[in-house]
Amino acid sequence: MAMLELRNVETFYGNIMALKGINLSINEGEIITLIGANGAGKSTTLMTICGIVPPRRGEILFLGKPIHRVEPHEIVALGVSQVPEGRRIFPLLTVTENLAMGAFLRNDGGEIARDIEYIFSLFPILKERRHQPGGTLSGGEQQMLAISRALMARPRLLLLDEPSLGLAPLIFQLIFRIIPKINRENGTTILLVEQNANMALKIAHRGYVLENGRITLEGAAESLLNNEEVKRAYLGL
Amino acid sequence: MSSGPRFDMDYFLELAIGGLTRGSIYALIALGYTMVYGIIELINFAHGEIYMIGAFTALIVASVLTMNGMTGVSVLILASVVAVLYAAAYGFTVEKIAYKPLRQAPRLSPLISAIGMSIFLQNYVLIAQTSDFLPFPNLLPVLPFMEPYSHIMGSTELIIVLTTALATAALTFFIKFTKLGKAMRATAQDRHMAMLVGVNVNRVISNTFIVGSALAAIGGVLIASHIGRINFSIGFITGIKAFTAAVLGGIGSIPGAVLGGLVLGWTESFATGYVSSDYEDVFAFCLLVLILIFRPAGILGRSSVQKV
Ligand SMILES: Nc1ncnc2c1ncn2[C@@H]1O[C@H](COP(=O)(O)OP(=O)(O)O)[C@@H](O)[C@H]1O
Ligand SMILES: [Mg+2]
Repeated sequence: MAMLELRNVETFYGNIMALKGINLSINEGEIITLIGANGAGKSTTLMTICGIVPPRRGEILFLGKPIHRVEPHEIVALGVSQVPEGRRIFPLLTVTENLAMGAFLRNDGGEIARDIEYIFSLFPILKERRHQPGGTLSGGEQQMLAISRALMARPRLLLLDEPSLGLAPLIFQLIFRIIPKINRENGTTILLVEQNANMALKIAHRGYVLENGRITLEGAAESLLNNEEVKRAYLGL
Repeated sequence: MSSGPRFDMDYFLELAIGGLTRGSIYALIALGYTMVYGIIELINFAHGEIYMIGAFTALIVASVLTMNGMTGVSVLILASVVAVLYAAAYGFTVEKIAYKPLRQAPRLSPLISAIGMSIFLQNYVLIAQTSDFLPFPNLLPVLPFMEPYSHIMGSTELIIVLTTALATAALTFFIKFTKLGKAMRATAQDRHMAMLVGVNVNRVISNTFIVGSALAAIGGVLIASHIGRINFSIGFITGIKAFTAAVLGGIGSIPGAVLGGLVLGWTESFATGYVSSDYEDVFAFCLLVLILIFRPAGILGRSSVQKV
């Protein structure tokens, strides 16, 4: 059984159809990447999975259970967390408060404190900044915080929306080292939306290509890396 | 009255205390406007009516208790508790029936719904009670140690100011340290992101109305005791002034609501004391117009987002 399955999912913004019948499935433990041009519907796919923009038609199953009519906070409780596009740090909450918000649905205080320490060991700069409002952090620091905040929920499925966008090369590399590490060490399943298709396909097991609200290609990451169409459209080769 | 070239210190202090007392009440009510605005960007025009309903509830409870021979502070406490619970239930219900169904609608729709709710609640109390002013007993105890200062500050004023300070401190603690308080702040800053970390935003919104309404009811009991009479329309003018206070301080900001309330209270008190008492309500609105022209975000408001 797939961990997450989308069946003929159609999502609308008013009368505009953003997702035109998406089929997608993710197995436990995989890193899946979703690539596509600007406006293809990648972010909408993630927001639809999380219940923020529920689908008008189709089904979404998480661990076999339909979630397309479930409230967003209940989907989080089932084990789905998202690092949204643009990081969306709570600007007036401190770094520590942002992390604590990530653990909002957990009640194991001691474990939460330990997880925060673990995050600080992963990203020492966040420890230095822990009393600062999130809004005062640099873009790279905010991205680290956004990923950390999502991890604080101890998700089974982590959705990442363009985590490398606009980052300096060093931070970029750090983020791309951390993603497989999270997958390996915590067994977290990952759905990675990326502009940098080359990097994404290098760390992913499988990939999907989204064009104009439709999945046009899917397959093992290596085969997509060698696919002529993908090379031309997304790898700039 | 002050006269001649000498500065009358007692008169000045009396006005200062009067303004502080008035401002405290505005602050208590302004907190509800500002919290709701911070969370859902709605000006809850029915908030003044919640305060009025709090005062009416306290009057009814106090009358029943007094008729049954109860006296003293226990009347105040029981009447206040029932008023707070009742007003909170009203606030909760108003949100559920008048605003929640319009959550996705254009911004003007809930605003119109709020005005409708305000008119409805006024008329409901008018029909269920009376259009006359009803005498409201002073439920607040007389503190003997205030006797020597009574020409400047009476027991009632002291109790109003202290209650407001205590309620504001409790609210600040609640917002800063409790889980629900943190959820409120997160929701105010980014509603969808709050959902994405597992906050039940509908519940946060309900609780915001409950807390704001409870504070308004406390304000209602205090001001009704102070002024000594109420009717169905008292929520209207006080509501608009408390709203002015919230805008003055920076709508969405909790310290701003308190500061705005105090500034408004003092403005009214000094202006009526030193200039003219004929135009009492005019000063508040002059202040509102000035702030909207010169500092639209309010005293403590940030230009874009500064909420709860
Ligand atoms: N909030 C919104 N309201 C209306 N249309 C939207 C909204 N968000 C996205 N869209 C539209 O939906 C389509 C898909 O957008 P999006 O999912 O953000 O694409 P991507 O993440 O792949 O760049 C685009 O045409 C975009 O203009
Ligand atoms: Mg996007």
